[in-house]
Amino acid sequence: MRALNRKLLRDLATLKGQAAAIAMVIASGVMTLMIAVTTLDALTLTQQRFYEDFHFADVFADLTRAPEGVGERLRAIPGVNRVETRVKASVRLEVPGFDEPVRGLLLSIPDGREPLLNQLYLREGRLPDPGRADEVAVSDAFAEAHGLRAGDPVLAIIRGRLTTLRVSGTVLSPEHVYQIAPTDLLPDYRRYGILWMNRRALASAYGMEGAFNNVALSLEAGGSEAEVIAHVDRILARYGGIGAHGRDDQHSHRFLHEELKQLRAQAVILPTIFMLVSAFLLNVVLSRIIRNQREQVAVLKAFGYRNLDIALHYGMLTGLIVALGSALGIGLGLWAGSGLAVIYTEYFRFPELSFRLQAWVILLSVGVAAGAAMLGTLRAVWGAVQLPPAEGMRPEPPARFRKGWLERSALRHWLDQPARIILRNVGRHPLKSSLSVVGIAMSLGLLVMGAYQLNAVDHMIDTQYRQVMRMDLHLTFSDPTPARVQSELRHLPGVLAVETYRAVPVRLLAGHREYRTSVLGMDERPYLRQLLDGQQRPQRLPPEGLLLTDYLAQDLGLRIGDRVRLEVQEGHRQTVTVPLVGVVDEPLGVGAYMWRPAVNRLMREGPAVNGAWLLIDEQREAALFDRLWDLPGVASVGMISESERNIREYMADTILMFALVFVLLATSIAFAVVYNNARIAFAERSRELATLQVLGYSRGEVSWILVGEILLLTLAALPVGWLIGTGFAWALNQAFSVDMFRVPLVLTPGAYGFATAVVLAASVAAVALVVRRLHRLDKVSVLKAVE
Amino acid sequence: MAADAAKQAEGSRNREVVFETRGLTKTYLMGEVEIHALQGVDLDLYAGELVVMLGASGSGKSTLLNIMGGLDTATSGSVRYRDQDLTHASEKALTLFRRDHVGFVFQFYNLIASLTARENVAIVTEISRDPMPPEEALALVGLKERLDHFPAQLSGGEQQRVAIARAIAKQPAVLLCDEPTGALDSKTGIQVLEALKHINEEMQTTVAIITHNEVIGEMADRVIRLRDGRVEDIHEHERRREPGELRW
Ligand SMILES: Nc1ncnc2c1ncn2[C@@H]1O[C@H](COP(=O)(O)OP(=O)(O)OP(=O)(O)O)[C@@H](O)[C@H]1O
Ligand SMILES: [Mg+2]
Repeated sequence: MRALNRKLLRDLATLKGQAAAIAMVIASGVMTLMIAVTTLDALTLTQQRFYEDFHFADVFADLTRAPEGVGERLRAIPGVNRVETRVKASVRLEVPGFDEPVRGLLLSIPDGREPLLNQLYLREGRLPDPGRADEVAVSDAFAEAHGLRAGDPVLAIIRGRLTTLRVSGTVLSPEHVYQIAPTDLLPDYRRYGILWMNRRALASAYGMEGAFNNVALSLEAGGSEAEVIAHVDRILARYGGIGAHGRDDQHSHRFLHEELKQLRAQAVILPTIFMLVSAFLLNVVLSRIIRNQREQVAVLKAFGYRNLDIALHYGMLTGLIVALGSALGIGLGLWAGSGLAVIYTEYFRFPELSFRLQAWVILLSVGVAAGAAMLGTLRAVWGAVQLPPAEGMRPEPPARFRKGWLERSALRHWLDQPARIILRNVGRHPLKSSLSVVGIAMSLGLLVMGAYQLNAVDHMIDTQYRQVMRMDLHLTFSDPTPARVQSELRHLPGVLAVETYRAVPVRLLAGHREYRTSVLGMDERPYLRQLLDGQQRPQRLPPEGLLLTDYLAQDLGLRIGDRVRLEVQEGHRQTVTVPLVGVVDEPLGVGAYMWRPAVNRLMREGPAVNGAWLLIDEQREAALFDRLWDLPGVASVGMISESERNIREYMADTILMFALVFVLLATSIAFAVVYNNARIAFAERSRELATLQVLGYSRGEVSWILVGEILLLTLAALPVGWLIGTGFAWALNQAFSVDMFRVPLVLTPGAYGFATAVVLAASVAAVALVVRRLHRLDKVSVLKAVE
Repeated sequence: MAADAAKQAEGSRNREVVFETRGLTKTYLMGEVEIHALQGVDLDLYAGELVVMLGASGSGKSTLLNIMGGLDTATSGSVRYRDQDLTHASEKALTLFRRDHVGFVFQFYNLIASLTARENVAIVTEISRDPMPPEEALALVGLKERLDHFPAQLSGGEQQRVAIARAIAKQPAVLLCDEPTGALDSKTGIQVLEALKHINEEMQTTVAIITHNEVIGEMADRVIRLRDGRVEDIHEHERRREPGELRW
């Protein structure tokens, strides 16, 4: 092996601690990008394949009832490819062994075969036998939650009659990748199930023979969704159609889309921040390591090594570290990325995860890391080779001495000599010192950002469930019910308070933007379901006008006072224009709110409601449930504590999982940076410190010079780091707002405290390591080795 | 005797000039203060000769040697190596010049700490045209037993000898030595000087040695004295003495 290469390996061995720390920084950057991009890619690709292979429809429409022949007219619409008419019904289910109410959705499939659209992926068993009226295929998540196997019974209340259904198999559908009950935010597989039944059996159970109440269509290549929707609406208007919609408003697709959008934001922002920080640190640290070798550079040059040879030599040193870090980052990133993708499949039900390794991701992440590292290296090498060798071989001259504030101030009288040395060392190399400070501050900033994510999600859920949703139970009725149901509910055992609401599906239009949601008609001063303003104060509903979640108002480009077109999607399907009278600050979900009588007026109905919120006495919960379950009009009973638990679990599994990984990485980066700073300070000062020790300074005093410098820089970095972290959190927050939730930009003292504690701990550890090294330092050999 | 001297002088005059400096100055700027390390040096070095440079500390010896060896550039004046003008040579040309023609022994050794004695020599022979094996070079300076020791495991004198082995191993056309014996006892010093003389005689290498030791001057063809950045005096010897005859 060439002597130069030997030098390379030996240098690497000498720098092993620092090299490992730098490799860790690179690995973190690479890993972050790998995790984000792999997860995102796996989900996107899986979604695409599932949609294609199982013919996910493009347009969907609900209606009251249309004769089967209408299907032919839909098929004839220009731009339409396939049409699948269906019967669809909401049911209440009972699963043997599970006490609580379960909501179900029954969907028809053609007798004994796969539908043309929204085909089913059979996970286990078979599709319902065409000859059997009682067989159903159930969604695999529901089956899994209840341990249902082929042949097991499920009870359904179909038009008031308790009917026993048999499970024929478990299936997945592209239409229900995200299986969520209409009013929920998150899947609850135990309390909501989707069942597929033979068309004839389902039709006869609901009096829908020869008719359909739901239709799915696919578009021809180049077919216009908007035109088809308009056409479908015209045809179905007579049959109680409530407005066809595209995939964008399809529940499952919308959630998946939102989740991917949020993941994409995370995949861009977080790795970008990480890579930038890593790049900066690599640049600084490597250039300082190389600068310490300037004498060797001069020797090599003196003997005729060309600048290129020298650049290559140090480039290889850096290259090895980068390679090591990248390999580690790729490995960890793939492992964590695939793990995270698997977690996501718990929420998004796909047949199987399509997982692939994308060369460009690896190239990109390694390229950024290597680029940054090389830039730092070559910058330093360039500085070193530019010196004439004669000069390079002499120790670097100290920067020109100036009488700084220290020499002039009164402070110097009570500072001891070591303290003065510390301050001079720091003050004489302002650039070096400030780069160290910025480096530490950046790692601190990463930690603040990580801690912010962990804290803010908690804060968000707390706000939602302590201040916004103050009820215990949420009831929905199958049909609008007279408002007096409120006092009936109030008298049920254990009920402490009741508020009712009227929810109506609407389409909101503002300019060319639109949004489908439900408008909630509520009491004038709702207490159990609060509408908070920007200062977290409850708002009251005015007799006229609409309130929107601030995020939705922004999304629609609306300001208070603007007018919104509101198309009711039910009943007489009125269209009115109402003013936006206020915005609601709520972290989870989006909604539209009006005074209930105004909604009733809109529906041209009397005082009717179709949902209620209950505050209950937990002691009597069981008795209450028995009674609720027997009320005929109740379609669903949701426990708020349950949904809170669900959302916490979901956040913990997804965002927080991400955040935790980042906190771990940020912690290791903080250690790496602080340790490297300490080691470099040690390398730069060891000769001076050995000399001082030989001159009679005690070990303690000498250690203090080094430790004091490190601590001084660390302390200076704290406020800068808090500031940087706040900036990072802000950047992340900007990307974090989606329909489903908006993590608020709340930076708790805890987040700063945690980040600061980690950095201080890292400093103490690094200081301990360096001091140990200082004590082992062979003074004689340091002094003997002429620089 | 007189005829001999005349002949020698004649010979010198006819000899090929290797280095030629004219009006060479070097000024260092230390803040506001200018330090005139060289203030107009006119000097010729001839092919195959062995010169010793003497002068008080700070008189500019190292500075002159560094400029001749292409390690540093002059503030004004000119330096030539044979027919090559070093004054205005590019960085690249200087690198090639050093690689192909010059061997250095530095005042402060400047060994690479992470390489063994053998490797410190090899790092130079690997880029030379016609080197001797590193082992042979180290044997010449009496270090064949210490091939695999790192600089930190060698005494100052031993490190200096590794530095000399490193300089001679490439069999350069010129050998520039800055206090090669400064750190050595007289016995080892003489050993090192013998190695230098060996190279000088065997390969017609031009050797320049900086020293504070007047005695060493006796082995030189010429002794050049510097003072305050100028050549104060050049003294030619009729007969060079063997290093072995020197005592200090
Ligand atoms: N990089 C530098 N910056 C400023 N002054 C310098 C520098 N290098 C050398 N000098 C000054 O130039 C003068 C000549 O230095 P040089 O090293 O050539 O002396 P020298 O004759 O080799 O002395 P010594 O025998 O002590 O090695 C000295 O006054 C020295 O202080
Ligand atoms: Mg000198």
